[in-house]
Amino acid sequence: MASRSRLHVAVFLAPAVLVYTAVMIWPLFNTLRLSLYVEADGVRSFAGLANFATLFGDPRWSEAFWNALGNNFWFFVVHMLVQNPIGVALAAILSHPRLRFAALYRSAIFIPTILSFVIVGFAWKLILSPIWGIAPGILDAVGLKALFAPWLGREEYALTTLALISVWQFVGIPMMLIYAALLSIPEEILEAGEIDGITGWSAFWRIKLPLILPSIGIISILTFVGNFNAFDLIYAAQGALAGPDFSTDILGTFLYRTFFGFQLQLGDPHMGSAIATAMFAIILAGVCIYLFAIQTRMRRYQF
Amino acid sequence: MRQGRLTAQGGLAGLMLTTALIATGVAAQDVTLTIESWRNDDLSIWQDQIIPAFEAANPGIKVEFTPSAPAEYNAVLNSKLDAGTAGDLITCRPFDASLALYDGGKLADLSGLAAMANFSDVAKSAWQTDDGAHTFCVPMASVIHGFIYNKDAFAELGIEVPATVDEFFAALDKIKEDGTYIPMAMGTNDQWEAATMGYNNIGPNYWKGEEGRRALIEGSQKLTDEPWVEPYRQLARWGAYLGDGFEAQTYPDSQNLFTLGRAAIYPAGSWEISGFNAQAEFEMGAFPPPVVNAGDNCYISDHTDIAIGLNAASPNAAAARTFLEWVGSAEFASLYANALPGFFSLNSAPVEMADPLAQEFVSWRGKCASTIRSTYQILSRGTPNLENETWNASANVIRGAETPEDAAARLQAGLASWYAPQK
Repeated sequence: MASRSRLHVAVFLAPAVLVYTAVMIWPLFNTLRLSLYVEADGVRSFAGLANFATLFGDPRWSEAFWNALGNNFWFFVVHMLVQNPIGVALAAILSHPRLRFAALYRSAIFIPTILSFVIVGFAWKLILSPIWGIAPGILDAVGLKALFAPWLGREEYALTTLALISVWQFVGIPMMLIYAALLSIPEEILEAGEIDGITGWSAFWRIKLPLILPSIGIISILTFVGNFNAFDLIYAAQGALAGPDFSTDILGTFLYRTFFGFQLQLGDPHMGSAIATAMFAIILAGVCIYLFAIQTRMRRYQF
Repeated sequence: MRQGRLTAQGGLAGLMLTTALIATGVAAQDVTLTIESWRNDDLSIWQDQIIPAFEAANPGIKVEFTPSAPAEYNAVLNSKLDAGTAGDLITCRPFDASLALYDGGKLADLSGLAAMANFSDVAKSAWQTDDGAHTFCVPMASVIHGFIYNKDAFAELGIEVPATVDEFFAALDKIKEDGTYIPMAMGTNDQWEAATMGYNNIGPNYWKGEEGRRALIEGSQKLTDEPWVEPYRQLARWGAYLGDGFEAQTYPDSQNLFTLGRAAIYPAGSWEISGFNAQAEFEMGAFPPPVVNAGDNCYISDHTDIAIGLNAASPNAAAARTFLEWVGSAEFASLYANALPGFFSLNSAPVEMADPLAQEFVSWRGKCASTIRSTYQILSRGTPNLENETWNASANVIRGAETPEDAAARLQAGLASWYAPQK
């Protein structure tokens, strides 16, 4: 057996490995490398960790970085507290056998996910516009005009508003994943529970939820990675300066401004790479915590 | 990889050379000049009006206008210059982008051009070395800041055009009291209007134009000095006169509010003129930024925006210089300014313009002193970038999120962190 040639393994893996290396691994490591250099008077020179010392040591840079990280964290918290529970609830409702038009609801809720960020950002900006938007009109029609505020323009609401827009766009993803997980629960288990007197809500909490926990775990980690890589929605809705007063600035927009420059600010690829590296480290740490601390302890059930 | 690309470019250059040789064979003395530009909006103006006028007066020189997309222009131009395939004439962005090209030997020194005498020092400042010794682009146009107003609204409410700050706020109060119109159309969502049409619009009256701007560059004035803080105090008062929800109002929102006749005053740049002429159905007027006391010297932001220079590697330098001399002439100034109302010639020769709104704007040059936006020259080279910080500070001050004094102190600290004369 051992003498049998394994060459075919390499041959079949090669295309994927080569493409992935060329478009993902090489750029990734090159970015990490770039963060160790500085450029002065057109000459690039190795600077060790100087860019990171600036990023975390210089009060201006570090303030911008921690502000962006804090905003990013809040962006993630809103998704975890709003998007995922709503996704689970929607999936539970959709998987109810007696619900009519389930396919219609499923498609309607999932459709925003396939829209472009630019369209979503622009459409919501118009909906919420204090001048032309329909939001003030709708609130007025139900006598709640006083509740309206130019949310995207207020420091205290802008980030939460954008996070909720993103939730609106992506709630279809946890819904679909959980829906699939719920459908895969065998009827026998639920029937066995029924015989023991566990029905309705209690069946959901005691039987279904434990069985879909691994899916919720996967959704959480996808949300985490997606949110800490987010950029498009903020850029489309608020521009690269992530106003008002950087209250919607997340790591992605901070990276963009630094790397590519903005208006009279020239781009600095090296500082930008340092921020990209920090983002990579944060996401890597988050994923590792999940993989080693949570996933290994999660109990799995074999049907 | 790199080698291959270079060879390909060499081949292309060779091919072009062959074409050029054949062309020379046909018309023995014709020289073709190519213009690099980001103004693709102006293609028809160049082809139908400007170039024919030049070619008629200068037989033997042909000119081609070959613009690229504005957002890509700097990158495209740089790679063309590096590869040696750029056109003979280069349209120049103001300040550091062009200065870097000159320092890198890509743009020729044009200080010796006779037409340079037709331009004031302020007009040339955007395309000079920091010491002002070398000028490398011929200034073409500037944009002027001020306020455009709805004449019908002013007549209806019986408001005179304000000349002083007190009159300005009295007019705003009156419009607000009446309630028919939003007093002023501006939002803080996009931030740059607050800085460009706010701070740098009204500011020159306080820092006395060039005097204050140069003092700031030399380090003898600070952003925390009274002339630099007072414009922020004025901006802080604006918030009360902007439309409902101005915090989320974008630049196109403001333009539409004004041209739909829902707002009475629009803090403007003259580039709005053609667009507003096409959109608005009421008569518009304009007034310069109000002064503190009646009779004070007035200052306007007459911001140098576009110029044209000579590719240092151009094989047709002599013909290109002829063209540049013509760009510096009164004839070109008149052609250009009339084709593009709102982009004003920087030429010292007075230019007759047909558009009344453009005429109004340019008439301020006669009674007020011109300056450029305070943040553009030298002061936005470092990090934090003063121009970007000014956007943020101006928007914050209008929203009331930061006091004028705090904003000024923050900008000063940021500038002092990298700019030696301010340390």
